[in-house]
Amino acid sequence: MNKFSEEKLAKVKEIISHYPEGKQKSALLPVLHIAQDSFGGWLSAETMDYVAELLQITPIEVYEVATFYSMYNLKPVGKYMFEVCQTGPCMLNGSDNIIAYIGEKLGIKPGETTADGLFTLKTAECLGACGYAPMMQLGKHYREHLTKEKVDSIIEECRKNAEANN
Amino acid sequence: MGVQLLLEKAKVEGIRKYEVYRREGGYRSVEKALKTMSPEVIVEEVKKSGLRGRGGAGFPTGMKWSFIAKPEGVPRHLVCNADESEPGTFKDRFLMEFIPHLLIEGLIVSSFALGSNTTYIYIRGEYAWVAEILEFAIGEAKANGFLGKNILGTGFDCEIYVHRGAGAYICGEETALIESLEGKRGNPRIKPPFPAIQGAWMRPTVVNNVETLAAIVPIINLGGDEYAKIGVGKSTGTKLMSACGNIKKPGVYEIDMTISVEEFIFSDEYCGGIANGKRLKACIPGGSSVPILPANLLLKTAKGDTRYMNYESLSDGGFATGSMMGSGGFIVLDEDQCVVKNTYTFARFYRHESCGQCSPCREGTGWMEKLLLRLENGQGKISDIDLLWDIQRKIEGNTICPLGDAAAWPVAAAIRHFRDEFEWHVTHAEEAVKRNYGLAHYADPIHVPA
Repeated sequence: MNKFSEEKLAKVKEIISHYPEGKQKSALLPVLHIAQDSFGGWLSAETMDYVAELLQITPIEVYEVATFYSMYNLKPVGKYMFEVCQTGPCMLNGSDNIIAYIGEKLGIKPGETTADGLFTLKTAECLGACGYAPMMQLGKHYREHLTKEKVDSIIEECRKNAEANN
Repeated sequence: MGVQLLLEKAKVEGIRKYEVYRREGGYRSVEKALKTMSPEVIVEEVKKSGLRGRGGAGFPTGMKWSFIAKPEGVPRHLVCNADESEPGTFKDRFLMEFIPHLLIEGLIVSSFALGSNTTYIYIRGEYAWVAEILEFAIGEAKANGFLGKNILGTGFDCEIYVHRGAGAYICGEETALIESLEGKRGNPRIKPPFPAIQGAWMRPTVVNNVETLAAIVPIINLGGDEYAKIGVGKSTGTKLMSACGNIKKPGVYEIDMTISVEEFIFSDEYCGGIANGKRLKACIPGGSSVPILPANLLLKTAKGDTRYMNYESLSDGGFATGSMMGSGGFIVLDEDQCVVKNTYTFARFYRHESCGQCSPCREGTGWMEKLLLRLENGQGKISDIDLLWDIQRKIEGNTICPLGDAAAWPVAAAIRHFRDEFEWHVTHAEEAVKRNYGLAHYADPIHVPA
């Protein structure tokens, strides 16, 4: 069973203190972010139940939120998730080609993960970087002005990081 | 370059740091407001300034503030809407990322004016690094006595907390944002009660956009009357525009709302003209939900007058021949772009982001997406175009929140102004699929600047 470290529990307690007394449910979104980051990049039913227990709310209150917001992953994802924006302004700047190129290069379709568990390709709706299109989100950061060459070097960079961490 | 009230200092080296920001005159408005003005006087100054909400609706900020209920013993809250997610819009991110203390400064003054001792910044979840920048700035402001207990010895207490969302366009709607802040799904509430009476945790709450709250700083520093002298008519002050699409210089520009659309697009100071030597075909001037305009109606109104970059001029002609300032997300399409495909991506966006509470929006957005995809792929019928028109009409005005309208308007405007491009996708299906772009003759503007 996954549990937060003492340090993370202290962080959760601090977040709860941001909201009015008895309104600890308000901490749900931030705590789910911490849970997802801590437990392998996705939220299992077990993890969601644990969060419910921490915030003294019912599990269904966590499930209904986790299924609503697009940033919470409800199944395992690759170590590196490429979330490529496909909305208007990115489309005008060729995001279709970028999505196709990444898919071809990694041998996966949007929504799939490579067999080695390293990469997930996902299409995303507007991420607020329209002036720097086409773009994608990778972890906590944006990669902007994407070209095929840039995609190549990002994939290379991820592979190197994965090797270094093994 | 016109007057710069918000971004003037954004390029100063190290401006993200408190010391640099303070040295450049930062936090003066907090000193002035807390030490020499009463909350009522501040609200009056904001009313005089003519400031209108910069998130998209354009509602007068001072009036919104004056609606806040003040029941005895009930805490009030100010919530900053940093959920920026209208396609084409990235101005708030720029402001928060490069000059975060300006927002914090505006928040402190606004919190004082509204009597909010606990203020929240609801930021879209994807802007994770921006949330860290803001938290750092809040820490610095607190360490220097501008936040926390008894600010500047005035007896005013204020804390600001950053609350990250988790990916949902709908949370930019203020009641959905409040639901999300309370740890729930972002389902908009039925109004009334309005947030100013019963908002977060049923307490009186004001929700304002990032740019709106940052604009409070120059309003306090200059005074409402002086601020109102900038701009034109009811479009006072400056507006941040985020320009994108097929232009040479995409980015965030601060304009004083007296320049023409033509100057904004073609001048080197701003967008720098259309990229790759192409011609201007169409533009969505205020974020994806406002009506798209073909080049001729964009540069000049139906009456033949020059169209300017302000609230009144952009909406001149109503939805028949005009558009809206909206959030300032300025999306430009060149002659090679397909309006059907562009409209399809927005329809897909709104289907993805509909919260699903109201049937017209939940069912209608998906239906429009399917029809547009069919047309785009050359499998559509002429009757699909009329069906699209019919569906969008039945969504508009029939939902709890404005997402329904936001989904309907782009489809309506695209058909209104580009109907023959839709028909061409039916009558010349093979060619439409092969060329993958629409008709170019819309790109013949009334006047092409040299």
